[in-house]
Amino acid sequence: MSAAALRLANRESRGVCITLMLLAFAFLAVFLVLPLVAVFAEALRQGWSAYLDALKEPETLSAVWLTLGIAALVLPFNIAFGVAAAWAIAKFDFRGKSLLTTLIDLPFAVSPVVAGLLFILIFGAQGWFGPWLSEHDVRIIFAAPGMAIATLFISVPYVARELIPLMQAQGREEEEAAVSLGASGWQMFRRVTLPNIKWGLLYGVILANARAMGEFGAVSVVSGHIRGETNTLPLHVEILYNEYNAVGAFAAASVLALLAIVTLIAKTIVEWRMRHEQQTLAAALPAEKTA
Amino acid sequence: MSRTQHNVLPGFRLSLGYAVTYLSLLVLIPLGALIAKSMSLTAGEFWQIATGERALAAYRVTFGAALLAAVVNAVFGFIVAWVLVRYPFPGKRFVDALVDLPFALPTAVAGITLATLYAGTGWIGRFLEPLGVKVAFTPLGIVVALIFIGLPFVVRTLQPVIEDFEPEVEEAAATLGASRMQTLVRVLLPQLLPAWLTGFALAFARSVGEYGSVIFIAGNMPMVSEITPLLIVSKLEQYDLPGATVLAVVMLVISFVLLLAINLLQWFAATRHSGRAAVEPAITLPRTAEVAV
Repeated sequence: MSAAALRLANRESRGVCITLMLLAFAFLAVFLVLPLVAVFAEALRQGWSAYLDALKEPETLSAVWLTLGIAALVLPFNIAFGVAAAWAIAKFDFRGKSLLTTLIDLPFAVSPVVAGLLFILIFGAQGWFGPWLSEHDVRIIFAAPGMAIATLFISVPYVARELIPLMQAQGREEEEAAVSLGASGWQMFRRVTLPNIKWGLLYGVILANARAMGEFGAVSVVSGHIRGETNTLPLHVEILYNEYNAVGAFAAASVLALLAIVTLIAKTIVEWRMRHEQQTLAAALPAEKTA
Repeated sequence: MSRTQHNVLPGFRLSLGYAVTYLSLLVLIPLGALIAKSMSLTAGEFWQIATGERALAAYRVTFGAALLAAVVNAVFGFIVAWVLVRYPFPGKRFVDALVDLPFALPTAVAGITLATLYAGTGWIGRFLEPLGVKVAFTPLGIVVALIFIGLPFVVRTLQPVIEDFEPEVEEAAATLGASRMQTLVRVLLPQLLPAWLTGFALAFARSVGEYGSVIFIAGNMPMVSEITPLLIVSKLEQYDLPGATVLAVVMLVISFVLLLAINLLQWFAATRHSGRAAVEPAITLPRTAEVAV
């Protein structure tokens, strides 16, 4: 068989090819494109001025601020944990490593509602610390701290999961060279490790941030839904929707949809940068990489 | 590989200590609290709550809808992954990025949007209603929401595997006289199967616990369209903490079993292709990482 004939044999017939593409595009259009368009169409149903008025509602604005505040509080913890866990897991051998990795993945497997319930059992009125907390007049459940803790829980895996395979692939030679040349731990981290992992870290932070800002179930269980006080933007969407305020609900939702679009764009750019860097690295060290 | 005592890198104790403390405080102790709370009930009480009439109906709705959605996603996820890898078309990068939308879009937004689209007056509902198909506020609505949620899992687990197919293998099959269909079923499918099952299991596992996108479109009728996570929430709202705890333990056990199954599948896939994996450079593309449950 000639090369051209082989290539032909390796392809589906034209009809199959077109059918598959039509099926794929129709499926994606109905399940992804249409909902995305509908968010903005519904938000703008009564025109731009109604849309902007809905966004300027004080309760919507306070929901935006609470969402941003919780994300800003949670992300530094996430970064510190992700880097520490990835450093230990990727660069050292120790017993129980796979157990630790499983534990990091666990919040992915737990239903958001169950995640919220966990913290009610600890900090709630009937929980472990409930009596002590109410005695000292500290509110965690049905208040912002509980929402931040629930958000911490559900966003545990993102940064660590990005960094572990990346740091494992990079090996430890570069850091070992830095240390043997006399670099302190901090110098090694800042000059060698951080530049190597910066794109992976950013990627993990983008995903963790999207999840933290958009979380509904876990935060809903611990929030108590106090308007203007313990409402994040996703929770506010629910309240407005249940009050049949469609324009308000979809206006708030459109802010979150914009966040999702920005997330997807940022993610694509970072993915592209990482692939680019890996390719230049692979081109520079062809012998070592295939060994 | 050098052992720990020969490792000159600093920060092992600090990083491991920090990671373990963080996980213990945030994950282990809370899970312990859940187990401890459920232990305060007798086995009989536990069993009675876990197998109550309304709970059983909720499991049926949750698992039935999740299973159906995962099956739909397995079929269409394969088609989407195949088209994205194999066929050239303009705007491919855009479509590829769009597949991750369900990861990025907050579930509450997905929920209200799907409910509006599939309601009788919505863009999709108005065409289905005359056909006698009601989606919004029925169990079918739950399936639709879960298809949206689970879609990226199958696509993102299959994509790298299809990308890794060596054209020589298919060429060899064609040279030896196999039809395209035979090549697909006999040569490609066996290589694809572990990843396919993993993607299916991931989508299923995610769907079982899903709450935000479902509650808006489900109608939430007890015994008919009430999912287990919602039943947990309604028990919480009635201050029935033991009831909520029991259902949470049931869901947790099921998640663990699913997680175990997924890990076994991946282990199976890894050992099957261990000969090839050893030769390949250990560069993992990041896009599949967030896919794991």
